[in-house]
Amino acid sequence: MINASLSELALALARKEISSGELTRVFLARAQAAGNLNAFITLDAERSLAQAAAADARIAAGTAGPLTGIPIAHKDIFCARGWRTTCGSRMLSNFVAPYDAHVIERFNEAGAVILGKTNMDEFAMGSSNENSFFGPVRNPWDRDAVPGGSSGGSAAAVAARLAPAATGTDTGGSIRQPAALCGVSGLKPTYGLVSRYGMIAYASSLDQGGPMARSAADLALLLNTMVGFDARDSTSLRRAEEDYTRELERPLAGLRIGLPREYFGEGLSDDVARAVDAAMGQLRQLGCQVVDVALPNTRLSIPAYYVLAPAEASSNLARYDGVRYGHRAAEYADLRDMYMKTRAEGFGAEVQRRILVGTYVLSHGYYDAYYVQAQKIRRLIAQDFAAAFEQCDLIAGPTSPSVAFDIGAKSQDPVQMYLSDIYTIAVNLAGLPGMSIPCGFGERARPVGLQLIGNYFAEARMLNVAHRFQRATDWHQRSPAEGART
Amino acid sequence: MRLSVEDVQRIATLARIAVSERDIDQVAAQLQGIFGLIEQMQAVDTRAVEPMSHAQEVVLRLRPDEVSETDRREQFQAVAPAVEAGLYLVPKVIE
Repeated sequence: MINASLSELALALARKEISSGELTRVFLARAQAAGNLNAFITLDAERSLAQAAAADARIAAGTAGPLTGIPIAHKDIFCARGWRTTCGSRMLSNFVAPYDAHVIERFNEAGAVILGKTNMDEFAMGSSNENSFFGPVRNPWDRDAVPGGSSGGSAAAVAARLAPAATGTDTGGSIRQPAALCGVSGLKPTYGLVSRYGMIAYASSLDQGGPMARSAADLALLLNTMVGFDARDSTSLRRAEEDYTRELERPLAGLRIGLPREYFGEGLSDDVARAVDAAMGQLRQLGCQVVDVALPNTRLSIPAYYVLAPAEASSNLARYDGVRYGHRAAEYADLRDMYMKTRAEGFGAEVQRRILVGTYVLSHGYYDAYYVQAQKIRRLIAQDFAAAFEQCDLIAGPTSPSVAFDIGAKSQDPVQMYLSDIYTIAVNLAGLPGMSIPCGFGERARPVGLQLIGNYFAEARMLNVAHRFQRATDWHQRSPAEGART
Repeated sequence: MRLSVEDVQRIATLARIAVSERDIDQVAAQLQGIFGLIEQMQAVDTRAVEPMSHAQEVVLRLRPDEVSETDRREQFQAVAPAVEAGLYLVPKVIE
């Protein structure tokens, strides 16, 4: 049962082989027993089981949908009414959301069960999940390794079979990189497809929610629920409804896959390169044609991102002032002192650093040199992708330059940590869809992820390629319990 | 660019984050490292490039001027650090 796909679970529920209550109890028990992974910040069995009971009634009444009764773990960045929603921060450690995020509304309408809220880097700022106020998450494949970040709890929960599926958010790689490091599948949709309403803001022009699961087929089902126009998000896109499962089985013959040479140069570990090369061989066997493409401004994506994202963060996080909700310092002399102490106590070191960088680049006299220059680089990066998609249908490459690193290895050096996002950040700057699927194991039997990047709204085609790859391989079915078996 | 301790204090005050004397040197050194990374983009000639603020060319939507939210003050104030009689309490700001 813990290894079943979402459609297998739906079938078992429909046939009354198991109830949603039983299924939810199975995963709650696993999540509680795996406390040492620290994948969850909040579990609330009573709330989960109440939703499961409602789902069972719906199944009995014959009005169930594909996700009715299935427990799903949500990154603790999504507000869920009545649930503590912390965003991995001391600032919100006592915050109980008075409303639902659009994504949560959609899952509730579908009859899915909220299994719990997963651990994450504070305010989604990080690549290792070491920046959480609630402590680091451990990688289920190797407890000494980070799970990646910022959606590290969701990735670890799916990998360790603590949840059948989870949600994440991706501002610079925060779905794809932890999916790669934990050996699961994750998809960041085209910017604007998933509403940001109730998804706690980090960098609004880059933030995008998406699904994390064990297969592309499961991702497609989750995406069907998560995508949709929402008037409360000013950048939500109004488009015709899509069934993301519709192309899963389509043959790949003639599909052109572009390999950006910049993704295979200096900085890429040998073990990751080997696994990605083998995956490309597999895709060739499935009929894909592999072509070389160039993304010459890739190197500039990190500096541009570390101007734009902190600038937006410094503005978004100005709301945490200790007045209307969240942490407030215990003692202060006056209002300014209250703000300064509240924010010094409420935010961790990395969040403070990014707010300071953002405040500086937006300050008088520096705006053009940093912010406007970064926005221009952003356009160059988007133009690189547009040119590449003239020559290919999809782009493929590594998700991360190395397998999961050890806990503590990069936590004292922010710049080294930032460089580990070299293959994922440009996708956010351009607003394109990207995904990561397991494609093997590298050093110390730690998982390797294959990244697929599509043109705008190419999610169905990306899922098609991922699904055909997963039908021909079994990397996505390996579980930490049985080991890597390389 | 060199960031002085005074620069960092000025930014921290603008950002309303108290940075202690004990931490200021380390914060300055880390910010210096981050700006070393950021400044790699200064070498690129972008005079002919239009800035890009969003991936999709979206226009700001307008909505009818109608009441769309109900009064939920009690629920919202239930999570506030200090309230009294429906008002948020803060230190005195006007003498």
